[in-house]
Amino acid sequence: MSEVMNDQNQLFTILIAEDDSDDKVLVQSAFQEFDSAYNLFSVQDGFELLNYLRKQGGFLEPTAAPRPDLILLDLNMPRMDGRQALAEIKADPALRSIPVVVLSNSSVQEDILRTYDLGGAGFIIKPQTCEGMHEVVKILNRYWFKVVQLAGGVRGKNGKSNGPAHIYSG
Amino acid sequence: MFNNAKPVTFLIAEDDPDDRLLIHEAFQESLVSNSIYFVEDGVKLLDYLRRQDKYTDPTVSPTPDLILLDLNMPRKDGREALAEIKSDPRLRYIPVVVLTTSKAEEDIMRSYDIGAASYITKPVTFEGLVEAIRGFKQYWVQIVCLPTQDAIDE
Repeated sequence: MSEVMNDQNQLFTILIAEDDSDDKVLVQSAFQEFDSAYNLFSVQDGFELLNYLRKQGGFLEPTAAPRPDLILLDLNMPRMDGRQALAEIKADPALRSIPVVVLSNSSVQEDILRTYDLGGAGFIIKPQTCEGMHEVVKILNRYWFKVVQLAGGVRGKNGKSNGPAHIYSG
Repeated sequence: MFNNAKPVTFLIAEDDPDDRLLIHEAFQESLVSNSIYFVEDGVKLLDYLRRQDKYTDPTVSPTPDLILLDLNMPRKDGREALAEIKSDPRLRYIPVVVLTTSKAEEDIMRSYDIGAASYITKPVTFEGLVEAIRGFKQYWVQIVCLPTQDAIDE
């Protein structure tokens, strides 16, 4: 597909909410295998996720917490779990336009149904191998940053949208 | 590693017959075979989902796993249909992906705001459409888990 280059050279910002450091490294390294750079940010639980998104707590610096284009959300986390965090994000008019994709070890049907019911934009069972994660990240990239049009205007950056960018080749 | 033995049922709301044909062909071009059903506007979409009018038979009009929604349609447009689906507790779990020619920032923003799972601008060429549908299916069919009918019925 002859795809539109992101003419503003704007990097996509992905926020990963994951309490397990091994899983976090697995996701991050899968993203880093691609040529293009992302702004990858991470938080450790739902409480920190909401603080990040609302620029509270440790995220008062505007540059410390850029608004993500996509949130990857683990479900089972301490303090505030992913279910509650998702419900809060989708109930908040300032946040609910950000797509949230659940990436979890859970394959419980109730979790899957509830994720969509609350407004999640996908439920992915976490692959346990690097190869599996690489494949998932490849498809995630292609879909969210090449096929889909994200709601970029909300960041108010020049009032322009971040159209689909050419993120990886292949 | 990927979950999907189960075929995915797509319901596509699109008023333009040429676009319906192109989308249908694009689905066939991409590798995975799935069932696709079409409705022509937002009124029919809601009738289908609520098993009203000519859509009462679930074997003929099965509940979709995912909806692809055009925005500009007669009678009831996609914006209104999306808002209705997402405010109906029996329907809102169904992911709705907007597929439209509109690139208006307001449409994009509003679609996400009222609960679209994602927003795709229709590529102008057939090749572009095939590419987009391929990426769409890789995501929704290969790596994503959708609710099973058993879980929904409970």
